Amino acid sequence: MLAVNELLQQVANGLAKGSVYALIAVGYTMVYGVLELINFAHGEVFMLGAYFGYWPARWLGYMPDSGEKPQVPAPVALLLTFGAMAACALIGVLVERLAYRPLRNAGRLSALITAIGISVLMQNLALVVFHADSKDFPRMIDQQSVVLGPVELPNTKLLIIGVTALMMAGLFWMVRYTRTGAAMRACSHSMKTASLMGVNVNRIISLTFAIGSAMAAVAGVLISLDQPRLTPLMGLMPGLKAFVAAVLGGIGSIPGAVAGGILLGVVESVVGGVAGTTYSEAVAFVLLILILLVRPSGLFGKSGREKV
Amino acid sequence: MLRTLGILALICAAAFGLHLVLDSIDAYWARIANLCGISILLAVSLNVINGLCGQFSLGHAGFMAIGAYVSAFFTTTLRYFDDAAGQYVTVLPLLDQSWGFVPALLLGGFAAAAAGLVIGIPTLRLRGDYLAIATLGFGEIVTIMITNFSKVGGANGLSGIPAYSNGFWIFTFAGICVLFTLHLQRSTFGRALIAIRENELAAEVMGIRTARIKIAAFVYGAFFAGIAGGLLGHFLQTISPATFGFMKSIEVIVMLVLGGLGSLTGAIIGAVTLTVLPELLRDVETSTGMPGIRMVVYSLVLILLMLFRPQGIFGQRELSLRLLRSLLPGRRKEGAPSAPAAFTAQQSVEAKTFFARAPQTLPPQNEGKK
Repeated sequence: MLAVNELLQQVANGLAKGSVYALIAVGYTMVYGVLELINFAHGEVFMLGAYFGYWPARWLGYMPDSGEKPQVPAPVALLLTFGAMAACALIGVLVERLAYRPLRNAGRLSALITAIGISVLMQNLALVVFHADSKDFPRMIDQQSVVLGPVELPNTKLLIIGVTALMMAGLFWMVRYTRTGAAMRACSHSMKTASLMGVNVNRIISLTFAIGSAMAAVAGVLISLDQPRLTPLMGLMPGLKAFVAAVLGGIGSIPGAVAGGILLGVVESVVGGVAGTTYSEAVAFVLLILILLVRPSGLFGKSGREKV
Repeated sequence: MLRTLGILALICAAAFGLHLVLDSIDAYWARIANLCGISILLAVSLNVINGLCGQFSLGHAGFMAIGAYVSAFFTTTLRYFDDAAGQYVTVLPLLDQSWGFVPALLLGGFAAAAAGLVIGIPTLRLRGDYLAIATLGFGEIVTIMITNFSKVGGANGLSGIPAYSNGFWIFTFAGICVLFTLHLQRSTFGRALIAIRENELAAEVMGIRTARIKIAAFVYGAFFAGIAGGLLGHFLQTISPATFGFMKSIEVIVMLVLGGLGSLTGAIIGAVTLTVLPELLRDVETSTGMPGIRMVVYSLVLILLMLFRPQGIFGQRELSLRLLRSLLPGRRKEGAPSAPAAFTAQQSVEAKTFFARAPQTLPPQNEGKK
């Protein structure tokens, strides 16, 4: 039997894990909300985000195991993150422009297959360009333990949770209170009506991809704080799990994606603590099938009715 | 009945002939040919679920894994080394002979079919994208379960599987699968599958028991995927959970998409092309020293195909003499030199109705909220 303290500790670890899932899941859910497309390549954008943070750091001479510059100072780290966000946003927009836009009216299956193709392409391009061996991200902050009541968390995990909360607050504000956000919501209601109301639908879709990809880039840099090991395949599992998180929360709903991500992270950590980490890998998928059976529209989703 | 047995005998004979040919040629190419046979099994069986019935499944590798592990469990784990006889002896005497692995193979197939039943019943309520991700989840759960099951080697995989698979068995089973599927397509059951793909609601209104038919499609596809997995296991002699990951399911789907979702001949051609092509690209990989370039080309093919010819090579048509004839413009006039205009007009009507039955697009997916 697990002690209460240990359980709380796992919940706290799960919060950090879930934050990363939530950041990725937001990208899935936004794209699905507007285009009804499962953007399978999103997990790879997350992976690229980590690499786009890593390479400039390396060019600047920061090496994890060298004595001279083992640690990236905070302002540089911030710049690296912004750079990775911009690069990933560009990639997201390009992918939409080149691969998804021509297929927008071609049926959902074609789009889904293309998305899978893009995902495999990005994974293997990364393998060709970055090579299969893992890279170590240089440290960005001094790792220390912080005691918070009954639980003890490394400050890296706290930073992950904090940055995620900040990003989410910004996103909510944008979607809720700006004109662009209103246009995005209009598009997810009905793209056709929105375009009749003067919304530039193509611009909004590009923007959706840009924002989602930038969030994934942040997730990629943040995960490097906690697990500084980068491989070209690192996006596959977090990508799939974040997608599960988006479904869990109700795909198309941004608060749902956040809630789903956090929930998945916590459940995974708790199960990992009780039954061992190998079983925690299956948690996401068992949860996925259960939620699809019991409530396919997810926690926050609206259930649609099929029209004849 | 007699005719079916005759055809079965013919398949066995052809497979045996092929086996002899493969024995005599270069081992490298024989290996590729055998892998082609297994790919054909996979693609044709998935085509029943994805192409004919229109239920987009991303978990085919999961069924394969079950078939591979169950059959390998019977031939590998349930045997011991008998000192007196100086050889391995299985618990079931039947499995001693090399042909005895067929029962093990069938057991693997049945286990996979049972899994198809188990996954088919709950996921019936899901459509389109949701079904796709539920089956994806199923595939992942299978591999994770195997990873945690130390009796079959866990993450390290199961090795030392006897090399019972050969050209004969692979192509016999591939032939049987193709034959069954061909008959299935022409049966009431096959028509029901296509009706469900085209419009599930309308099919139900027409009195098709959609739930049953969809489960049956899953069970059928899963059975042959299990057989393919068992054959692959006894061919490679080593299997691990990673062999049957998400990418494997994707590979089979790419085969289908290349050939044309819903076309049996398309599935076969897609399977052969995408088994041979990566092997050729493997040479490119070693000569350029860039591992991964193989899958880059592979995925580019998929994307470009979707952009420029989403219906695949054949669409939903079958490669047949009739199709070939309709593609040859010169031959039309030969038949009726006296009244060429009238004849070609009739021909073009025929061609039109033929193409009308084979739409140029992918099967329509269920529309969402819009």
